[in-house]
Order: sequence, then structure tokens, then C-alpha cells
Amino acid sequence: MLQQVQDEIGWLPKEVLERIGERAGVPAAQVFGVASFYSQFRLKPVGKYVIKVCHGTACHVQGAGAITEALMDELGVEDGGTTEDGLFTLESVACLGCCSLAPVMMIEDRTFGRLTPDEARDIVQIVREHGIDESVAGGGGNG
Amino acid sequence: MSESTARPTVTVGLSSCGIAAGAGRVMETFREEIKKRGLDVALRRTGCVGMCYNEPIVDVELPGRPKATYGGVKHDAVARIIEDHIVGGEPVEDLLVRAEDRELPDESYYAPQVRVVLRNAGVIDPESIDEYIEVGGYEALKKVVTSMSPEDVIEVMKASGLRGRGGAGFPTGVKWELTKKQPEGKKYVIVNADEGDPGAFMDRSILEGDPHAVLEGLAICAFTVGADEGYFYVRAEYPLAVKRLRIAIRQATERGFLGDDILGSGFKLTLHIKEGAGAFVCGEETALIASIEGKRGMPRLRPPYPSVSGLWDRPTNNNNVETYANVPWIIRNGPEKYAALGTETSKGSKVFALAGKVQRGGLVEVPMGITIREIVEDIGGGVPEGREFKAVQMGGPSGGCLSKEHWDLPIDYESLTKTGAIVGSGGMVVMDDSNCMVDIARFFLQFTQDESCGKCTFCRIGTKRMLEILDRITAGDGREGDIELLEELGTKIISSSLCGLGQSAPNPVLTTIRYFRDEYEAHINEKRCPAHSCKALIKYEIDPEKCVGCTLCARVCPTGAAKGEKKEPHTIEQELCTKCDACRKACKFDAITVT
Repeated sequence: MLQQVQDEIGWLPKEVLERIGERAGVPAAQVFGVASFYSQFRLKPVGKYVIKVCHGTACHVQGAGAITEALMDELGVEDGGTTEDGLFTLESVACLGCCSLAPVMMIEDRTFGRLTPDEARDIVQIVREHGIDESVAGGGGNG
Repeated sequence: MSESTARPTVTVGLSSCGIAAGAGRVMETFREEIKKRGLDVALRRTGCVGMCYNEPIVDVELPGRPKATYGGVKHDAVARIIEDHIVGGEPVEDLLVRAEDRELPDESYYAPQVRVVLRNAGVIDPESIDEYIEVGGYEALKKVVTSMSPEDVIEVMKASGLRGRGGAGFPTGVKWELTKKQPEGKKYVIVNADEGDPGAFMDRSILEGDPHAVLEGLAICAFTVGADEGYFYVRAEYPLAVKRLRIAIRQATERGFLGDDILGSGFKLTLHIKEGAGAFVCGEETALIASIEGKRGMPRLRPPYPSVSGLWDRPTNNNNVETYANVPWIIRNGPEKYAALGTETSKGSKVFALAGKVQRGGLVEVPMGITIREIVEDIGGGVPEGREFKAVQMGGPSGGCLSKEHWDLPIDYESLTKTGAIVGSGGMVVMDDSNCMVDIARFFLQFTQDESCGKCTFCRIGTKRMLEILDRITAGDGREGDIELLEELGTKIISSSLCGLGQSAPNPVLTTIRYFRDEYEAHINEKRCPAHSCKALIKYEIDPEKCVGCTLCARVCPTGAAKGEKKEPHTIEQELCTKCDACRKACKFDAITVT
């Protein structure tokens, strides 16, 4: 249920958790307990584009840290933060499972592999100006 | 494929990694070009063939001619392949990575491999049940429901020697028998596809490349243990795997391989997909079950094992993706053939995800008992030019780092456990001399610390304390006695945690201390990082002999630390230097040294 709600509105406001608790007949605290346990659930609103930088093992040894640093600098946010214009949220995530293309980042359903910090910056700039459809550098969609 | 003999066929590998490398656009370009030229060419899609380092991968087959495989195909190479190969009949030599009629260097990537689990990955279209049936799919299920008893199946599974491929290595036949032996009534089967180990992607590739094989294995299991309902617990980070699984379930239901009366035998099975919500601990079976039930995914004490009391307190059989994918093959080819692969106690084959500092990374399936050397060197092509192999991390955050002294160690459950590492789910991340082992240990511990569900005190607080010590060591503030303290904490966490996460969380730290103690000592005693990786312990300097004063480093330096007069040797002001490595990368004269 939480997954469906989040798909609809992007995050889980407190009022929603309370309402879900009422409907399901469980205390709101218990709903909050479940929502805060899983990293997928967001208790804060996010930007239009969520940039997920993979920090799996393979990405770590190939320099994922430098990618996150470059993006923090480019966007002017901390890891986990959202830009003031509400366009981007930067996140570090566990393995995205494309280890042979490390380091990897994902914006919406597009995966960008074999990145350098400069390429990561370029991609964000392209997305900022043209939206995700114009940035053809990475693959995406389902073919 | 039968149609491939009739007309030219182009097959594009469309798994997540292929798509990330640009395979989607390659597919589109082929479609456009074929249409534009009015050619009669079949364009197919397939899953991951395992040669991830060569993505995007395209197969071209002309009627009556050997199959040719191209690697690293960019969309702008499509026209050339059509022009020269499909129209002209001559393969494009410089992109060729594999061909049936000749020996290419990449053949050595496949030579030591076998194909059991990955038998169809990269061969069939994963979204077509017809193609799966054409290669013998669902014959094993047919055989089981029409001519075998559950006891027969259990005997076959036991004889095959198959052990759980999720990490623990519990014999599959014995597990099924336990669930089967429970009193009649509601029972469940679960596929654990919560592949959370960073550095492991074999389950994703199997689900993306051959989802029906997992479905068929699961259906055989449900028939055997007497279950009529099943769950796929899949990571939400794997959208393509979820999509292909949904298609497979729909197709299998339409054809009567799932549903109320499977193949007219009266056997029933309904399947659901439950998407995980991003908690590593849910890979643990009792936590996974709690998560399906809609609760916080926290493990509980075993026994009772899920085989006795699992999902909604009913008997439940839980295996991972790779385990189920083996099942149809074993039924069709016989347990003897499976047991012929591997070693005395570890039978069959195992899929490993080879990544990190290797020339050829990807998904490899090898017989159990193969050595680390064979995988890293023969299959993986060794570490990149000019670097030296240092370690291989096996089994993800629960596993350990092995050094060169384990080069010739045969990979099976028992011998790996002796070293402190584990087969685990099969992640293998190779490291070279530029990777710091203390930093790697810190990386894994940070992961498990973050993912600890917090139920057991030692796991919750002990890992935190260990992480603080490692942070201190990599920051250059290590103290005498830190190594011993890490060892003590590690041992205690292992003995006082409920589930596999806590019991294995200290492994990366303990194994790196065991095999790379000198690196810890260098950090603590000499304040030196031998791999030049820990930023607090390294210094960038310019060699005045080599520097020609080209000013390039000064121009790329983001903080103005690198400076100097034109044509004069430059210097780096240490207070300003952030160790971003930009100057070293930019320097064309190799003048910047890191010490």
C-alpha cells in the first residue's frame, strides 16, 4: 500500500501515513515504523529528477566517491539533498547491478555507465536544459 | 532458432547493462536502417550473454553461415554491419569478438565456462515463451507433473547434490523434503530475488535473460512440497527484471503452466510478485517473510525454520533465483550429469559476477572447484595493464578478501569457509595495488552498519564502534591496539547476532586484517597508505626534474594549489590541495607524484 501511494505522489507525508493507519486498522506509529525501515520510502518531498549514484563495491573501487563529489559541487547540494529549484535530488544507493559498467548512475529509468566526474556533470547540465529525453548519452527505456 | 536459418537474423542483447551501454539505441538504429533499405532481416532481442565488458553486443547470423558476435557496438557502427556483413556477406573484422568459424582472443573468456543456469541467457528472447519452449522449456515441469511423485523429485534433487545458491549452501533436496513432510494444508513457495550484495548481479541477469527457467523451477518445487501459492520477492532496483517476470507469469498462465489445473494434472499454483523496498537485511529468509507480510523486515530466531513455520506461519520453501533456475536442467538432464560437475561436496556449477579491476568483467558460470587464478586470469584477463593483482573480494559484505596466496584455491563451499570468505551469492570484485584494503573493509562495514536492522545490540552498536575505529585509521589517527580491538569486537559480533547479517558483518574486516595486516600497521604506525588511496595520508608533489612548466596543472587545479611561472617547474601548496587528482591526470609529463 505504501509503495502504491508513493508511486502516485512521490513521497509519504505524515497525514498520509496516519490515514493509511486508520484504513488498515493499525496504529500510525506502526505504519511509520515500516515506512522508516525501508530506504525506498521517502518521508520528505523529492526533486523532479532523482539522481541515484551507485555505491556498490565495483563502483566504489572504480571511483564512485568522485562522482558524488562532482555532483554535489555541480548541484550545490549535500548527498541526499534536493536543489532549490526542485529539479534534482542527489542520492547514493546500494548496488544497481551494472557492476561491469562501473561507476554507474541512474536518472529515472536511464542508466549511465563508465562515468567520469566531468561526464556526470555534463549529463546533469544536459538534463537541466533539455529534460531527460534529450540526453542520449546513456541508454534507457526498455528498448 | 529455426527462423534464423531461413533469413538473416540480428540479435541485440538487451539486459540492464547492455541498455546502459547504449543497446537500446543500437536496436532502434538497426530497426530504422533495415526498414530504410527494405531488407528482409529478423531483428531479435535477447538477455545478457555474460560478456558485460563488450556491451552492447550484437549477433549476426546469415543463412548457412557461422554466427558472428560483435562487441562494443555503437549506434554509428550499425550501418557498417548492415552494409558489409548482411548485404556484403563479409564480417566487420574490427568489431568481431566471437565467431563460430575462427579462434578469437575472447574465446578464452568462455573456454573454462559451462552453461547450466545461463543456458538460455543471451540465446532466447526472454519475453517470448515460444522461444523458451523451443529450447525444451517446460518439458521438465511436464515430466514432473505427469510421471513423477514428489518423493521422486526429492530423490533427484538430493542425487544432484545441488546446494542453495543464495549463500548458505544448504542442500536443496533436504530443504524441500522438510517442507514436504509438514502436515497437509496451506503451504507457500518463495523465490528470494532480493539480490542485495553490492557487486553481485547474477540473479538480475537470470531474471532478465531467462525468467521462465525460474518460473519452471519454482513450479516444480511447489508441486513437490505441496504448495499452491508462491511469491517472488524482487528488489525494486531491478525494474526490467520485474517487467520481464510479469510478462513470463502472464504467458505461463495463458499456456496452462500456471493456474488452476496445470497441464491437466489438477495441480494448482498462483504466483505474486512482491517488490522489495530497499533493505539489505530482507535477503535473510525470516526478514524477507516478515517483509512480505507487510511488517518491518527484521529477522527472528530460528528454529522454527520457514520449512516448518514460515509465511503467515505456514510451511514455506524459500530458495534463491539461481537455485530454482538449476532445477529444470537437472530434471531434464538427470542428476548424474549435474553431479559430474564440481567437487566432492560442492556439485554442479556456480554463476559469479566478476567485476572491479579486471580486463573482462561479466557474468561467468564455472564448475565448482575452479581456482581463483582461472577465473581472474584466464577468464577475466587479469588486472589492467601496468597494475598488480592484490585481492579478490568474495561473497559481498558477508564475505572476505582473499590475497595472492589463495591464487590456486579451489572454489567450493568448504575451502572458502576455511579462509574466512564465503561463496555467498557469487560476487567477485577484483582489486589491484591502487586499492587500499583498510578502505575496502571500511566500505563494507559502512554498508552493513547502515543496513543493520538494529535488533541485536552487538550488531547495531558493535559495527558502529568498528566503523569509528576504521574511520580513525584511514584518517591517519589510528592508535596502537586498534587492530586487536577490531578483532575482539568482530569476534563478539559474530557470536552474539541473530541472523546472517550480523554473523558475517565483521568478515571483511577480519579477513583483511588476517591477510593484509601490514597495510593496517602502515596506516597506524607510519601514517602511510601503501595504496596511496586514503586522502588524509597522501601528498601530491611535483617532480622539478620532470616538470617543464606547461601550466596545465595550474589551469585544472580547482583550488589554486598548483602554481608556478610558465616554463618553470611548478609546485603544489599543501594547505590548499584537496587531493582531487585532477593535476596528476592532466599532466602529460608524469611529473606529479603521490606519496
